Amino acid sequence: MRVVVDLSRCQGYAQCAFLAPDAFRMHGEEALMYDPNPDDSQRDQVLRAAAACPIQAILVEQLEGPAMTVEARRS
Amino acid sequence: MTSRVEALQTFKRDGRIVIVGASLAGLRAAESLRDEGFTGSLTMIGDETAEPYDRPPLSKQVLTGWVPATGTTLPRRRDVDAQWLLGTPATGLDLADNVVRLADGREVPFDRMLISTGVRARPWPVAAEAALTGVFVVRTREDAEGLQQAIAAGPKRVLIIGAGFTGSEIASICRERDIAVTVAELGSGPLVGALGAMIGEIAADMQLANGVDLRCGVKVTQLEGDAQGRFRRAHFSDGSTVDADVAVVALGGIRNTEWLRDSGLAIGPWGVACDSGCRAFDLNGLVTDDIFVAGDVARCPHPIYEYRFISLEHWANAVEQAEIAAHNMVNLQADRWPHLAIPTFWSIQFGVNIKSVGVPTFADEVIVAQGSVSEHRFVAAYGYKGRVTAAVTFNNAKWLDHYRKLIEAAAPFPPAQPTPDQPADAKPMPVDFPGPLLLSQDATVVVTGHDPSERRVTAVRP
Amino acid sequence: MTMTQTPDTLHRILDYANRADPYPLYAELRKTPVARQEDGSYVISTYRELTDILHNPHLSSDIRNLARPMAAADGRATPAFINLDPPEHDRMRRMAMRHFGPPHTPGLVDGMRPDLTAIVSGLIDDLADKTQIDIVDDFAYPFPVTVICHLLGVPREDEPRFHQWVNAIIDAIDYDAKTDPPEKLSNGEQARKDIHAYLGGLLEPRHGKPGDDLLSRLANEDGPDGRMTDEEIISTANLLLIAGHETTVNLITNGMLTLLRHPQHLQRLRNEPDLIVPLVEELLRYEPPVHIIPWRAAYSDIAIADTVIPKGSQIMLMLASGSRDPDRFHDPDRFDPDRRDNQHLGFGSGIHLCFGGPLARLETQIALTELVRRLDKPRLVADPPPYRPSPVLRGPIHLHVEQG
Ligand SMILES: Cc1cc2nc3c(=O)[nH]c(=O)nc-3n(C[C@H](O)[C@H](O)[C@H](O)COP(=O)(O)OP(=O)(O)OC[C@H]3O[C@@H](n4cnc5c(N)ncnc54)[C@H](O)[C@@H]3O)c2cc1C
Ligand code: HEM
Ligand code: SF4
Repeated sequence: MRVVVDLSRCQGYAQCAFLAPDAFRMHGEEALMYDPNPDDSQRDQVLRAAAACPIQAILVEQLEGPAMTVEARRS
Repeated sequence: MTSRVEALQTFKRDGRIVIVGASLAGLRAAESLRDEGFTGSLTMIGDETAEPYDRPPLSKQVLTGWVPATGTTLPRRRDVDAQWLLGTPATGLDLADNVVRLADGREVPFDRMLISTGVRARPWPVAAEAALTGVFVVRTREDAEGLQQAIAAGPKRVLIIGAGFTGSEIASICRERDIAVTVAELGSGPLVGALGAMIGEIAADMQLANGVDLRCGVKVTQLEGDAQGRFRRAHFSDGSTVDADVAVVALGGIRNTEWLRDSGLAIGPWGVACDSGCRAFDLNGLVTDDIFVAGDVARCPHPIYEYRFISLEHWANAVEQAEIAAHNMVNLQADRWPHLAIPTFWSIQFGVNIKSVGVPTFADEVIVAQGSVSEHRFVAAYGYKGRVTAAVTFNNAKWLDHYRKLIEAAAPFPPAQPTPDQPADAKPMPVDFPGPLLLSQDATVVVTGHDPSERRVTAVRP
Repeated sequence: MTMTQTPDTLHRILDYANRADPYPLYAELRKTPVARQEDGSYVISTYRELTDILHNPHLSSDIRNLARPMAAADGRATPAFINLDPPEHDRMRRMAMRHFGPPHTPGLVDGMRPDLTAIVSGLIDDLADKTQIDIVDDFAYPFPVTVICHLLGVPREDEPRFHQWVNAIIDAIDYDAKTDPPEKLSNGEQARKDIHAYLGGLLEPRHGKPGDDLLSRLANEDGPDGRMTDEEIISTANLLLIAGHETTVNLITNGMLTLLRHPQHLQRLRNEPDLIVPLVEELLRYEPPVHIIPWRAAYSDIAIADTVIPKGSQIMLMLASGSRDPDRFHDPDRFDPDRRDNQHLGFGSGIHLCFGGPLARLETQIALTELVRRLDKPRLVADPPPYRPSPVLRGPIHLHVEQG
């Protein structure tokens, strides 16, 4: 599962760290460090956390299927 | 229907857009283009082989060992239905024919293109020394992976060259992992170049309190290797040496503009110049119609800062500018948006959340407006000639929005009204930046409106 | 421009007759985002101005900064952190948070999920063969009370005693000397003393006896900010007891009421349990338990919209109105659990953002999911249901439902 937090908007409310403590951790009082690729087993918690963010700073990818078909790739 | 509207609709339906630089700005621009209803062909050209990934964790979660370097792939906001040409750097741009040339000899034609090639790490200037085992820069996931492994191996000491944000973050993580660290900084303190001398002193205190061997005002003159080509010792300009097995070169970035050298665009060490609608300028200062710029590689005038061209290496700027550029690529002049967002930045180090809003270097004075410096919980407001131009918070981010509004409104500096948590001895002091101060007169504009479609500046008339 | 007077609208909002549907009155109020009242107080009702002022460091939660003291204020008591400003607010909140959430105790609330589910299941088991239920008395009230009592270390069987005190205290919040009988105020004052003595009695024997409940932890642990005084512990426990009591009940009840009014969403929730997460956020926007923050003060002059609110003024924040502001939310009067970018004001905003929000969310998510899953063809008996008196903490006093 892919996650990114817009930390320039995040205000350290820690709501995410309550609800998905394995994926979102507070580093000190206010700084958020998170797992950008949490295990699928945490899906339920991560979605709860994202919904609870008061400034909606957490983006969780909800798409299914492969991201892209790559045309050329250096081996 | 006028022909202009028809032409736009045709372009939105079957046009060709190429994005060069497939990272944060490139991906967000691609998504916004589709959101805006662009259904034509979209090509993403990137010289890295990976899907777009996020860089800020590379000097944070990744180095603690919590998150693997390969685990920061950016979530997609939507499907972009693009042709991805990855692992193939662009080597040239022909504005006469509107084609991008690739390193493998291919040419990709376009109707409109976006340049989002960002920045690369500034390498250690002596190539042979830079090539020593144990010498790192941190910009890509491969860089971070290598450094993470070197840190995990339990080095005796890590030397960090340059105490900007990235260098300081890495020092903090090494200390968390109980690894001895020496930080070498040419300036008077950490973060001084970005945030000024007052914050530099506080940042230095934080480093010292966390056991960093901080050496300011010195230059690293030589990296010495052993017989196996492994880094083992650094020499300083004051004649001293430090023995270490890992060196991190954190001397900032170089903008990826070389491939545009013969394009006729206005490129320079600070990136590709563009207008506030993200349209690139050519060498003559003429604005182009079809070439747009976003992210770390862009250099864009900001009305609040007297239309000076500002280059930012900020995550939020890459996202916002990409969205504005994408919108403007598929809209007519009258519907275009200006990129008026006030810059914001964050950094996490030594357990403290450091955030800024505005341009702290555009200031002559600074005041601790709220909180306590000794507890590392405070707001510092920056002012230039009597108006607020920036603010920095240490573990006080919830107030930052208020200061953004003060900046947009060109509010008086120092803030006149007291707050309950104002320090008793608050008074403005000189910011004291190492470089020459920017010149400025009084505020000329304020930002109005809240949504992208209504955000504009209006002139201040005395 | 923003200075027109809207005393009538505010009085009508506070009038019990409009408790069931204050929303059209909020719309009227929003025509004047920052409205000065006859008595010199200010009412703020639009989303933008509310979020601005909640992040404005000149706004004070300490009612001692009001130029004219409030009737319901208790001058002698140590204020709880909801009524303090930084740096004291931050310090007290940090000390309490040490035992409730991140960074010090990150897993507590998430770890309560099994217990919460068990309490909910037990309560619903008791409803199974009843055809008439009061969602409030039979479920939405006992559930959060059990949880907060357990968390704090307050014996559940004392509930009838402090229930009365809490009601008296809440009644006195919106005391108006012109219209209300003086007992309303004195009852509140007496209840405050009683609850203080009661909590003091619980705290006393906990000194020197480490335990898992919050009272024991606050009494015994020394963090980096030191230890709270007994007075501080009592006021914090009192705050948590009231806040953990009188709010979640309304969210659960409003949730059930809203679902019964929107049967298509009730059905959807049965089929897609994941919907509960955004649905609870939408409830916090659409029918929030806390409608008004009545007692903020201008610490110094505050510039907002085109108005300057002078130092010492009382400021009322109409949170529920902000969450229905059409300039911020598309089609705001529609209940839409699929709404995106739902930055509602249900838990406030800024440094006083609800302390217990994560717990309240989890409680309500579990409660509504299970109610919907297990009640048999529930139907409203009366619409609108009867409401509690308070316009501040607004919610039904009973919600009678038939099933089967
Ligand atoms: C270690 C680290 C920590 C950071 N921490 C923070 C932080 O805490 N807060 C913050 O605000 N910002 C932070 N940043 C900055 C942030 O990551 C950048 O602002 C952001 O990545 C900019 O995105 P971009 O897409 O403009 O550029 P980039 O991410 O640099 O992407 C440019 C892409 O273009 C590719 N490219 C270059 N030349 C060519 C070419 N000729 N042809 C094809 N492709 C090309 C590059 O390989 C790259 O993939 C950090 C950056 C780093 C490296
Ligand atoms: C749905 C249920 C709840 C709602 C809607 C709610 C709403 C609110 C609101 C709006 C505020 C802000 C007040 C202000 O700014 O002055 C607040 C603060 C607070 N809430 Fe809640 N609350 C709920 C549940 C809880 C619970 C369960 C607890 C305790 C566990 C709790 C404890 C607190 C505390 C302590 C504060 C003060 C925070 C501070 O001042 O820093 N709340 N709540
Ligand atoms: S809930 Fe949102 S604002 Fe709070 S720490 Fe998490 S991401 Fe940041």
